[in-house]
Amino acid sequence: MDFKMLLYILLMGVFVNNYVLNKFLGICPFLGVSKKFNQASGMGIAVIFVMLVATAVTWPIQIYVLDPAGLGFLQTIVFILVIAALVQFVEIVLKKFIPALHKSLGVYLPLITTNCAVLGVAINNITDGYNFIESMFSSLGVGLGFLLAMVLFAGVRSRIENCPSPKAVQGLPITLIAASIVSLAFFGFSGVLENLLGIA
Amino acid sequence: MKQNNKLSIFLRGLIAENPVLVLVLGTCPTLAQTGSVIAALSMGIAATIVLACSNVVISALRKVIPDTVRIPCYIVVIAGFVTAVQLLMHAYLPDLYAMMGVYLALIVVNCIILGRAEMFARKNNMLDSLLDGLGMGVGFLLALLAMATIREVLGAGTFAGIAIPFLVGEGYSYTIPILTQAPGGFLVFGILIAIVNKIGPKKGEKKRKEFSCEGCPSAHLCGKVSCAENTELVITSEPEVQGTPEGKEGEA
Repeated sequence: MDFKMLLYILLMGVFVNNYVLNKFLGICPFLGVSKKFNQASGMGIAVIFVMLVATAVTWPIQIYVLDPAGLGFLQTIVFILVIAALVQFVEIVLKKFIPALHKSLGVYLPLITTNCAVLGVAINNITDGYNFIESMFSSLGVGLGFLLAMVLFAGVRSRIENCPSPKAVQGLPITLIAASIVSLAFFGFSGVLENLLGIA
Repeated sequence: MKQNNKLSIFLRGLIAENPVLVLVLGTCPTLAQTGSVIAALSMGIAATIVLACSNVVISALRKVIPDTVRIPCYIVVIAGFVTAVQLLMHAYLPDLYAMMGVYLALIVVNCIILGRAEMFARKNNMLDSLLDGLGMGVGFLLALLAMATIREVLGAGTFAGIAIPFLVGEGYSYTIPILTQAPGGFLVFGILIAIVNKIGPKKGEKKRKEFSCEGCPSAHLCGKVSCAENTELVITSEPEVQGTPEGKEGEA
């Protein structure tokens, strides 16, 4: 097991290939639930959780069921249904057996059923040809990147709230422009990791 | 008069209820696929085809689909058409297929499509649904093209890959490369919405509040918290225990 490669995949997901700020996946929760720090972190943790569970289920389905049967083209349909069903199932299980966890994550779970970041990471893991361990690390990295972006942006937004801005840019436009600047900061990470870990 | 009605169903999606700039639906592909005009065009056409076809099928099945499980049914119909478009593009336009990558599959979770199914197709007949799907699709396409044109012309000095003489040439290049990258997407989109807010349909804000959530598959679960808006997230299962936001205290 190449530990360096796993670390690289993990950090790529967090910083360089940040799904929200660089690949534009999961924009809706990023703009919608990032107003308060508590909600942003709760949403982020719920997304990490769902991404890990979704990858743990969709990867074996693709490799052991769809590919051997020559049904690779059904990927999109199967993945979205599996993820949707899974989220509902996880919510029911949490509610029944771990009420405390359900209380803190429960409200966010239905919101991410059709989050495109979750479907995106499941599909990208297959496209990139990762094995199971690499896929799990990739999902964890992407999820952590999502959490980081949400939490950072929640801080930015609480500042925006108190700033006077022209009427036309109030609300969504100023939020998007702020997101652009945060994204610019993350843009600086490209190329850093390769040098740091010595991977060509 | 009747013709007029049909026409207005189609035209509504273009400007007055433009899905991207007025209703602010489908932000992910809007930001991701507008770095170049070609990508925006193919995304817009693919989404329009899926939108029109799924609208017609969902409208045809509107009396068959039970109300309680309608969202999963819609997702299956939409995913079916997305798969068909994926296979067709893979076969006939392999270059575009490679360029669009994962975003082609992600048309499934594009909220414009589910939104039109939920808001329009399940209440109207097949012809109206087709027109509505086409109108919304073309509106989506036009918004993507507008954004892609701004980003590509100013960011790369080209239009659909063709260099513009005054911007790029031998020994000079008056471009803002960051616009074609991720931060430029957020910036141009923010500015476009600001312009629409300023000069566009005055009811935009209200419509957004009414409609955005209808399109969201989780609307009935999250209690119609408008995602694209600045509304508070209503947490129903637990009372708010957090203190006052630290930012406000600091300013005071």
